[in-house]
Amino acid sequence: MARLGMTRLGVRLDRTARSFLLLEILSGMAITLRYFFKPKATLNYPYEKNAISPRFKGEHALRRYPNGEERCIACKLCEAICPAQAITIEAEPRADGSRRTTRYDIDMTKCIYCGLCEEACPVDAIVEGPNFEFATETREELLYDKAKLLDNGDRWEPELAKRLELDAPYR
Amino acid sequence: MDTGFFATDFGILILTLLKSLALIVPLLIGVAYLTYAERKVLAAMQLRRGPNVIGPFGLWQPFADAIKMLFKETIIPDGSNRLLFLFAPIITFGLAIIAWAVIPVNDHWAIANINVGMLYLFAISSLGVYGVIIAGWASNSKFAFLGAMRSAAQMVSYEVSIGLVILSVLVCAGSLNLNTIVLAQRHIWFAIPLLPMLVVFFISGLAETNRAPFDLPEGESEIVAGFMVEYSAMSFALFFLGEYANMILMSGMTTILFLGGWLSPIPFIPFTWVPGPIWFILKVAACLFVFLWVRATLPRFRYDQLMQLGWKVFLPFSLAWLVLTASVLEIFGWLPHA
Repeated sequence: MARLGMTRLGVRLDRTARSFLLLEILSGMAITLRYFFKPKATLNYPYEKNAISPRFKGEHALRRYPNGEERCIACKLCEAICPAQAITIEAEPRADGSRRTTRYDIDMTKCIYCGLCEEACPVDAIVEGPNFEFATETREELLYDKAKLLDNGDRWEPELAKRLELDAPYR
Repeated sequence: MDTGFFATDFGILILTLLKSLALIVPLLIGVAYLTYAERKVLAAMQLRRGPNVIGPFGLWQPFADAIKMLFKETIIPDGSNRLLFLFAPIITFGLAIIAWAVIPVNDHWAIANINVGMLYLFAISSLGVYGVIIAGWASNSKFAFLGAMRSAAQMVSYEVSIGLVILSVLVCAGSLNLNTIVLAQRHIWFAIPLLPMLVVFFISGLAETNRAPFDLPEGESEIVAGFMVEYSAMSFALFFLGEYANMILMSGMTTILFLGGWLSPIPFIPFTWVPGPIWFILKVAACLFVFLWVRATLPRFRYDQLMQLGWKVFLPFSLAWLVLTASVLEIFGWLPHA
């Protein structure tokens, strides 16, 4: 505030005049008024949505091969790596001798959406999809079982495949 | 109206009731939409959208809020003084409404065009502090009590400077009658010769209505919601409506004292055709916008800064300006002889 060549009295007068003329407040109010006419930064959420990165970690899904065979080989790497211990897997050899899961549960209330299951999976079976709007009215609905996860995989497969493809160069 | 039914005592009573209704209903709608306007204006200044879901542009939001409030439970805390606890919001809201009895929205369009209108208004707005202090005491809560103490000190302090500002308008107008005060501004609004007083009045009005940046009695970041912490449902709604009705009242007072009430700002033909109440409402709305605009701009004052501003700046300043105004009027012989 102190300018060169200003006496102390001058400085005080200057400061007093500024505060009495409300200069600071008026310049602040000019800023808010400018913002008043600016376009809004908020999205009109349910009607407008942000673009989502291919690495977005949303609701889980179990994928299948194009011939309809489920990808998961019950290696349990995802179960082992899951830091929240949200995944429970039980496995048995199937009639044709291949190893498949009999149970694949994810407790979505425990899950921290870290994406380590997806990274651990050697066959791209368990993935986290783009869907983040899966709120439910009861807690029980969030305890996903294998059927639910496979169903998610079938429903989101086009998006899931595209996202994996887009992210593949960086994996 | 001088003859027939409306000249009898009963008729006058009915007529007054009708007039009150004609004033209170638009006023309450105004209050409801002021809450909506506040949310929209604050949102816009913070680059948000504000309520936009219920009805076109969220216009039914105030009604949704009202219905929500009506259906909630009024919780009366243990150890509170039940009677006073419920009485406090009624006082606050009632006083905010009662004051409108003398506000003229057009030439002689006041429910009571009394000679001491300004005094009445000042008295009623001073009583407003009782609602807050009773609420704070009756809640039996420390936050509420702190809020009430702050509010009492703040409202009393700023009334002093408001009083002096009003006096300087009164020496210019030569009357306490609000109608006469407005008509005294036919040639020039008092806002122009008394601009510093308008600023002092407006800022004191912010303090008087406990609005940002002087919202210490509420101070949601320090004392939760101040004197309103323990209130819920309709008892809270009454406080809320009282606060907004007080804002409208303050804007109405500013309009009458400084902005020429219902008078057209541009005194020639196409503008003088616009009816007075429209001008009045427009001016009040402009003042209210400044209320919201200030809230969006300024952070809350510290308590000692608040007191310092009230007692060490506004009081001497408005006193000096009052003396100056009176002297100028006396020296040039402009004193009104109403």
